[in-house]
Amino acid sequence: MSEEKKEIAQDIHTSEEDKNRRDFMKDMGAAALAGAAALLTNSDDAEATSTWAEFFQKNYRLMTEEEKKDAILRLEQRYSEEYGKTVTVDGAPPMKDVLFGYALNIQKCIGCRRCVYACVKENNQSRNNPEIQWIRVIRMEKGNFSTENMDKGYPAGEGDQTYTNKDYGIQVGGNAYINAGVTLEGQHYYQPEQVPEKDAFYFPIQCMQCEKPPCVKVCPVRTTYREPDGIVVIDYNWCIGCRMCISACPYWARRFNWGDPNLPAQEMNPKTHYLGNRPRMRGVAEKCTFCLQRTRQGRYTACVEVCPVGARKFGNLLDPGSEVRKILDRKRVFRLKADLNTYPKFFYFID
Amino acid sequence: MTLLIKFAIDSIVYILKGSVKFYAWLALLGFLSLIYFFGLYQQLVHGLIFTNFNDQVSWGLYESNFIFLVGVAAAAVTVVFPAYVYHHKQLKSIVVLGEMVAITAVTMVILFILLHLGRADRLWHIIPGIGIFNFPNSMLTWDVLVLNVYLGLNVICAFYYLYKKYTHQPLNDKFYLPVVYISIVWALSIHTVTAFLINTMPARPMWFHSMMPIKFISTAFASGPALIIIAFLIIKRTTALKIEDEAIELLAQIATWCLGIALFLAMSEIVTELYPSTEHSFSLKYLLFGKHGLSKLVPWIWSSFTLNIVAFLLLLNPNFRKNHNKLLIACVMIFVGVWIEKGMGLVVPAYIPTPIGEFSEYTPSLFEIMNAIGAWALGLMMFTILAKGAIGVLLGEISYDSEAVKKSDCDKEPLVCHSFCPGHPSSTGKEK
Repeated sequence: MSEEKKEIAQDIHTSEEDKNRRDFMKDMGAAALAGAAALLTNSDDAEATSTWAEFFQKNYRLMTEEEKKDAILRLEQRYSEEYGKTVTVDGAPPMKDVLFGYALNIQKCIGCRRCVYACVKENNQSRNNPEIQWIRVIRMEKGNFSTENMDKGYPAGEGDQTYTNKDYGIQVGGNAYINAGVTLEGQHYYQPEQVPEKDAFYFPIQCMQCEKPPCVKVCPVRTTYREPDGIVVIDYNWCIGCRMCISACPYWARRFNWGDPNLPAQEMNPKTHYLGNRPRMRGVAEKCTFCLQRTRQGRYTACVEVCPVGARKFGNLLDPGSEVRKILDRKRVFRLKADLNTYPKFFYFID
Repeated sequence: MTLLIKFAIDSIVYILKGSVKFYAWLALLGFLSLIYFFGLYQQLVHGLIFTNFNDQVSWGLYESNFIFLVGVAAAAVTVVFPAYVYHHKQLKSIVVLGEMVAITAVTMVILFILLHLGRADRLWHIIPGIGIFNFPNSMLTWDVLVLNVYLGLNVICAFYYLYKKYTHQPLNDKFYLPVVYISIVWALSIHTVTAFLINTMPARPMWFHSMMPIKFISTAFASGPALIIIAFLIIKRTTALKIEDEAIELLAQIATWCLGIALFLAMSEIVTELYPSTEHSFSLKYLLFGKHGLSKLVPWIWSSFTLNIVAFLLLLNPNFRKNHNKLLIACVMIFVGVWIEKGMGLVVPAYIPTPIGEFSEYTPSLFEIMNAIGAWALGLMMFTILAKGAIGVLLGEISYDSEAVKKSDCDKEPLVCHSFCPGHPSSTGKEK
């Protein structure tokens, strides 16, 4: 195994997080005044005007080309001012004859979480309070199926030392007392010295970009919808924050901006897309968009690019020559929670 | 039109007149409801960061109250239905108070929805025409529709009735009765749709069962009448309005039997889930017994079961029901029991574990609790004012005395003549 694979999992500095929370509380009063002032002011102040225009703008999907251009220009100006650098907001539409799909090799994943942090860096997530990550890597214990665990949980029987006549009673069957072999009982807060660990395998999850997405169906204002290239997007400016989508998602893929996102200016990625990684505001839902700011330009997603073991594959499901298409044709492929008929375009496979 | 303005002015003048106790009560509620507005303002400016919601448990105290109050609103039908379908005389004379409960409860639902939303400032996005109303796809739009129509129906029923009584005019039954009957059916729809709102998400296995609507209705028809009985008993003691024992007895019986059905449904759910005990019953297991060492909700759910079962057993005894002091205790037990069952027993555990199996507990923050108290205070204040005005009209203390009242109307159409018409036999003491 190469050194690279033994990458130490990155840590979250909790002390720093606490400090930022305190700063946030301190700034609260000032922010409240500034917010009220921005709403009350009648001046030609560019920011106030753009806030009003943004407040009354339509849902992105229903805008005319002209309105889209205006909305994008407004955002570019606001973001550039806010983050002190030239920020571009792309409005690239889906490409023709493209349906994006993703395949992840769980045999290869080493649980290093480079994808998690590359995603945060690329997609301008809030760094703390709330800390938002779109990809979570679940550590699955191999020990669940180990020899010594295999017969645990049987009701006391004749072979058991503690066997007494009293134990004839409710017949609960094997493995009744521990959840041996229960899937999705792994955990995503693992902090080992090194990955991969001997007794674990890893199962990364993120938005599955379902063809029949439950989150889209429950949204009362159609702020989240499926684009023709298969990506489920959110117009952050239209979301009312009802969190129906968060409840409806069976993959725990959606995150919510409980407060104003904290995105340090120097860490902000200025190449953004309206439906993708542009900075969000408080009170709206967000999730993985297959990095559409990159993939609609023919590039790979950030997580695919960073994966040190090549476990992540991405491409056009409609192109017979694409890597992801070949995987679906030749490998042992499955979808997560296929019983729910959500038809994810995020596939898992083994060699 | 001038009559309408006079009605409003007379009502306001009557409501404003009150004892020191009445003013102290309003002042207390007024102060507490300021907390609500302060909390809502804080949320508008800073988002939901002061709540204890997180990506694991994204609904909590606000949504529990929302669901509970939809039940209370629907339960007003337990007064309206016997009054107009079975012509229960004693309930018919106070039916407007039941409608006031419904109006208040739906308003409180809206108060809690405003707290629930991450972007309450963008609420206009859901208004058809200027926004997008994702109907019929989104179950939430159905809920918005049925709740608003229900509010409208009750406002029409209640204020039309009071206005007619104020002006001593007979009710136009061709207009009034259809609205009443529609509102009866509509009451069932609001709690049914609210059940569909949460039980149509397979991502939350604890909610994903078809028993949800009937369980909602049965618990609501226990807790709702319980609350209405409490309100009636207080009104009986503090005002001159006569509320017949038969009216309270009927409500107590409805509460008893619906509570019995609710307990039976809870038992059915537990057996169905825990006998095979699949992964989908983790939430229920966590709720009832705790799991992985986490057990914050366990004392709550068992206290809810205890309150409901004890109240049910006590209410089975007719003598207990007929003693209003004892009845009051049982009603408080049902109210608290069902409130816990809807919050700690239904909304929160469905989020534990998350769809990927993470167990993460939730306790409301002080900020959430204060906001909820504020919303309840605002609701109570609203009900106090509405009920006082309604009682004033029912007692004839808010009344339009003028020659404009035509006795002849009653003579012309005796079928539409109501007991409060001046020419009606009952108002002159004569029996037909």
